[in-house]
Amino acid sequence: MSSLVKSLIVGIVVIALLYIVNAMMSSTGFFGAGIDDYSARLLVFIAINIILATSLNLINGFTGQFSIGHAGFMAVGAYSSAYFTVTYGRQLESSFSFLGELGAASVILLIAVVIGAIVAAIVGLLVGIPSLRLRGDYLAIVTLGFAEIIRIVILNIDAVGGATGYTVPGYANFLWIGIFAVITVVVVHNIVKSDAGRALISIREDELAAEAMGVNTTRYKVISFVISSAFAGIAGVLFAHYNKFLSTNDFQFIKSFEVIIMIVLGGMGSMTGAIIGAIVVTLLPELLRQLAFIQVPFVQVNSSGDVLLSSIPLDSLRLVIFALILILTMILRPQGIFGTNEFGLSWLKRPRKASEGTGTTGDNKGVPIAQQEEAKRLTSEEED
Amino acid sequence: MDTFVQQLINGLTIGSIYALIALGYTMVYGILRLINFAHGDVFMVGAYAGYMLAIHLGFASSPSIVGFVVVLLGSMAIAALLGMAIERFAYRPVRKYSRMTTLITAIGMSLFLEYSFVVIFSGTPRAFPQLLPNESYMLFGSATINTSQLLIFVVSILLMLGLQYIIFKTKIGKAMRAVSFNLNSAKLMGVNTDYVIAFTFALGSALAAAAGVLVAQYNPKIEPLMGLLVGLKAFVAAVLGGIGNIPGAVLGGLLIGAAETLVVGYGQYIGIPSTYRDAVAFAILILVLLIRPAGLLGSNVQEKV
Repeated sequence: MSSLVKSLIVGIVVIALLYIVNAMMSSTGFFGAGIDDYSARLLVFIAINIILATSLNLINGFTGQFSIGHAGFMAVGAYSSAYFTVTYGRQLESSFSFLGELGAASVILLIAVVIGAIVAAIVGLLVGIPSLRLRGDYLAIVTLGFAEIIRIVILNIDAVGGATGYTVPGYANFLWIGIFAVITVVVVHNIVKSDAGRALISIREDELAAEAMGVNTTRYKVISFVISSAFAGIAGVLFAHYNKFLSTNDFQFIKSFEVIIMIVLGGMGSMTGAIIGAIVVTLLPELLRQLAFIQVPFVQVNSSGDVLLSSIPLDSLRLVIFALILILTMILRPQGIFGTNEFGLSWLKRPRKASEGTGTTGDNKGVPIAQQEEAKRLTSEEED
Repeated sequence: MDTFVQQLINGLTIGSIYALIALGYTMVYGILRLINFAHGDVFMVGAYAGYMLAIHLGFASSPSIVGFVVVLLGSMAIAALLGMAIERFAYRPVRKYSRMTTLITAIGMSLFLEYSFVVIFSGTPRAFPQLLPNESYMLFGSATINTSQLLIFVVSILLMLGLQYIIFKTKIGKAMRAVSFNLNSAKLMGVNTDYVIAFTFALGSALAAAAGVLVAQYNPKIEPLMGLLVGLKAFVAAVLGGIGNIPGAVLGGLLIGAAETLVVGYGQYIGIPSTYRDAVAFAILILVLLIRPAGLLGSNVQEKV
């Protein structure tokens, strides 16, 4: 089977699965099976966080440049596209009305995604060029500062609601959000496996050596940063049109830090690590909320300055726990759970012990590896 | 003209605060090549330590110079201990790993301080007690300067002179300079580098705590997230002056403070609304990185090949 057919089939299966889950989220359900609103919301946020974590992993994990302003690019994408849909959404709805309500919504969402991605990419380029020319940790501080500037600027634009928030039409559904999550993962995976990806990894491993080997390090760093920003913008678009309401409070420092925690926990430079990190970080607060009956003794100071030992519910310590996880991960396992490895099922297929003779002697010369006796034996073992 | 002088006084006031915090950033960066993200939060802890001391030692109700000095020195001591604890328990175990790892640890430490203080003191701002009677004095006609601003100038100048003395006239200062020049060589020459690093953290944290108490006198509203933005601006000040360069950090802090208040005061005439004051520092940072990455006075940190 050619790889094109294979990927087509996989694509259709994935879209079908997402479609079924999306149908289960609707009020009628999918043949009676349904998902409640709470779980549906969690699934959507997992998908959005996968986009954020995977795209941040491209610049932080694979290129080794530390960006901590992902929420800023997300905000750029969210607000620029929301301004577009709020201004032109009604008009476009009537012009695409021949596609049906859902069709029109999808077309508008796709246009919004393109706008959000392009604007975020342009902003990424403007931020990336000055800060990526330098070695060192400047990118961290520039991106952090930039994310805050973006927030302040948006807060001062009355056309997008300013401090009161911005109501956005809800064009996004789980189907589209899921599809974009899959697209992000596939695109980042393909970039990493391509020539450009090797250049990025060489920059991470040793920037000087990479430069000496002829890699234009600034160029590749900027490309990687711009792509990462564009996907953060897409995540912002999807968030805006799913949440139907935007407030600059959604894009504070803490949002960027959450994404950092996802990739640090999963292992920087691991695709599956980022995905699992995104799932864990999305679900952990919910788990803590379920465990809110557990009271933790904690020192508190009341408004007149008296120190009290009071017990507080576990879930109000969410961010303290996140911070501790971050520090302890760095101390105990700085490469994250997966390091740069991928978590998959391929280790099941690998032969357990190296066979003697194969490959080293001349017996198999010219015989394709798959047809060699040893390979055949292993394949038949697998089928058993 | 009078308003210009007034703006300048206000700018240099806040600039001195940035300078005090920037000194801690620049010293730690000079020695460990680490952006100590938690440094801005040490500044916040310093303000809260001052708040607790003022309330529990009874200085809150009766303003006096003794009360101010005790609160200032007490919170500097607490912050110095905190700085050493952060270094010992969070940064030392990861020092052998890559710079990225230490940077992430620093971010984690910053989050930890911020959000444990949100839990302890709740997120709502607290009123910092007035430790000295606040009076205004006339300067050059209609510009005024009040006691808390004078305090900021006097105390920060004294602290900076003290720091200069420690670094250039004492044995530990010589050791600090040696470690920042080359950590491994200093170690081979018999310098106890762990001790020097701990001392650097203590010194930087004490300066940040002093800034915390001073700023709380000037603007008596303290909250757990107050260190975030101030810390970032102080870092920008350190980069502007040349990271690792101590006079540079002071110069950078004063310049950023002045630039900020001038934008608030006069920005509207050239189309910059005063609400953009927080963006000024980062605009300056991007300009510095583009035009003169080593900073105004030159960086003391060599990238080793």
